[in-house]
Amino acid sequence: MAMPRLPDQEFETQDIMINMGPQHPSTHGVFRMVLTVDGEVVRDVVPYVGYMHRGAEKLCETMDYRQGIGYMDRTEYLANFNAELSYVMAVEQLMDIQVPERAQWIRMILCELNRISSHFMFTGAFGTDVGVFGTAFTYSFIQREIVQDLFEEITGDRLMYAYFRPGGLAWEVTDNFVERVREVLTQVKQGLKDVDGLMTANEIFIARTRGVGTISTEDAIDYGMSGPALRASGVDLDIRKTEPYLYYDQVDFDVPVGEHGDVYDRFLLRVEEIRQSIRIVEQCLERLRPGPILPERMPRMLRTPPGEVYIRTEAPRGEYGIYLVSKGGNRPYRLKIRSAGLSNLQALKEMTVGQYVADAVVILGSIDIVLCEVDR
Amino acid sequence: MNNELFGFEINVWFDALARVGIIVGFMTVTVMALIYIERKILARFQMRLGPTRTGPRGTLQSVADALKLVGKEDLRPRMADPWTFELAPYVVFVPIFLGFVILPFLLDWHVRILELGLLYFVAVSSVNIVGWVMAGWGSDNRYAMIGGLRAAAQGISYELPLVLALLAAAMLAGSLNLNTIVVAQAHIPYIVWQPLAFFIFFVAALAEMNRPPFDIPVGESEVVGGPFVEYSGIRWSMFFLAEYAALFILALIGASVFLGGWAWPLGEELGRWWQLVLVSAKAGGLIFLVFWVRASVPRLRIDQLMSYSWKVLLPLTFVQIVVNGAVLVYDWPDVVLLATGVVGLGFLFWVTDRAVRRPRPRPALVAQSEAAR
Repeated sequence: MAMPRLPDQEFETQDIMINMGPQHPSTHGVFRMVLTVDGEVVRDVVPYVGYMHRGAEKLCETMDYRQGIGYMDRTEYLANFNAELSYVMAVEQLMDIQVPERAQWIRMILCELNRISSHFMFTGAFGTDVGVFGTAFTYSFIQREIVQDLFEEITGDRLMYAYFRPGGLAWEVTDNFVERVREVLTQVKQGLKDVDGLMTANEIFIARTRGVGTISTEDAIDYGMSGPALRASGVDLDIRKTEPYLYYDQVDFDVPVGEHGDVYDRFLLRVEEIRQSIRIVEQCLERLRPGPILPERMPRMLRTPPGEVYIRTEAPRGEYGIYLVSKGGNRPYRLKIRSAGLSNLQALKEMTVGQYVADAVVILGSIDIVLCEVDR
Repeated sequence: MNNELFGFEINVWFDALARVGIIVGFMTVTVMALIYIERKILARFQMRLGPTRTGPRGTLQSVADALKLVGKEDLRPRMADPWTFELAPYVVFVPIFLGFVILPFLLDWHVRILELGLLYFVAVSSVNIVGWVMAGWGSDNRYAMIGGLRAAAQGISYELPLVLALLAAAMLAGSLNLNTIVVAQAHIPYIVWQPLAFFIFFVAALAEMNRPPFDIPVGESEVVGGPFVEYSGIRWSMFFLAEYAALFILALIGASVFLGGWAWPLGEELGRWWQLVLVSAKAGGLIFLVFWVRASVPRLRIDQLMSYSWKVLLPLTFVQIVVNGAVLVYDWPDVVLLATGVVGLGFLFWVTDRAVRRPRPRPALVAQSEAAR
């Protein structure tokens, strides 16, 4: 085969395509994107999702309401409590169950702690994407581990908690719950200082993240982004504030909002959210009183009246919504999960095109996707 | 045609072979030790334990890894260019080991003392970039190709500041002979007079070795190992060996040229063992610094890396060299050197800080929406 001849006058270059994933070390699971690069500059990016699709929504339709809880854990495996919460709240609304106060406070504590652990997972994985060899990861992971140990003590499981129930909680928390949470918070505060000191002010870190992967407010809204990725672009939208659920209207906390919409803002925002979550948990601990954790009269078998409901909550990655249709009986007729990751991922092309290859990895990391949640 | 190596006369060819054997054997052992030490130190930084299982405190881990690598299958992708692919490790490996020839370990411990030793080192060590490009090109892998081309760009950019920084010190000594340079520092090491040159040397050396924060060609999170991505077994381990050998050699060069090598303090008076302690402590300190940097900083991006070399480091080395020349020719006091170094370092940090913290352009649409509000 004859080699193609180059034109004499000018040196013509050709864009090449690079396949990243599904087994690339920094695609956070099994995500695949095909980059078209001109030298080091990304000209086009085509994301492929669906490698983790297990039909969780469909599976939930074949089992009763209590069994579905476990499947929520499996979709959002970094913020399980937040995912469970949406589901049990949807069932509660359909059945019109009043949840006892203590159960609500405990749910709030656990959800915020889960937000902390999820954001720590983000700082760790993001540090690796930016290129800190392991140190950011271990620093963050130790904090996540501390929180997870607490969850294990309460629920008996490290990853798939399945602890929330329609109506309340599966069982009472451990006796030393309050002391343990306070202990965890002290350690997490220290750990946050470590992570902050390692990354936030580091010159190279700033050089790598500032002004990278910018997305404007309009675009962020148009793509249906939510959570920290949206707030970094300057939209003050937090479901905990706008449509308070649980007792978020009774606690005092701030919603950090970025103004540049770049990777650095997304990082800073999540670090700040950890601080706010710590504040929330501390207030919750003071309001926590002994009491029942399930309503007095709970039916043995959960049967919903016909109807449909959409419940959304603020998960660490954004709006985690459950759309539930019931035609009576003990299982949902249709269950649809609105995952924050899938919507946020749509903006990847908008952010990445025109940036460098190395930035593509950082931008993907800054969206903070969980592939199980994206694909379900 | 006879030569003395072991205190008795032997054939010159046997002598050469014996010396090569000693170098390769010594380097292999050193590299294995360095890998173990790096893993342990990094583990400490990251609140882990590091290797603990193989041998006492995990000391045999490197040996086990080496044996495993030798035993692995030597794969070659079907579409790879056979000659380029298979020769690339040698082209990386041999030049770095040639650099070993001129290292001044102690007063009378060295392989050869060359009159133009520094020039020889600089000339020989830059050849290995060719090997990186060969590996990247020959693997028929796009990650590898990007990595290889990155390595070429980076190697060429940082060769200049590295050479010029070494030259600044050599100017003061008035010689390219490494032993002469070391002896000239018997009272005051050059880092005192040339802090700027030392800093630039250290940064450029990190880039030459492809160590973090300049591990762009091999960046795991981007190009998955870069030029090495298709290599396995013994060929891959040769790249690895070369990387750590370069670390060892550059640390020794830095210790000799800027930190006074075996001579400072009191090297000649106190004898061989003290010299050994001095050299190991200085080179070890530099190596530790390299590990420390690895544990704590993220990776730069390729355009930032290039502009840092061409726009910041290179002009500053030129300034340093001009000042050195003026001091030597017009007999200005030595304090001028120190002042230039300190001012230059301050300028360097200021420029870096300014570049990092310059205001971000706000996306046009954000500004619009705010105006509308």
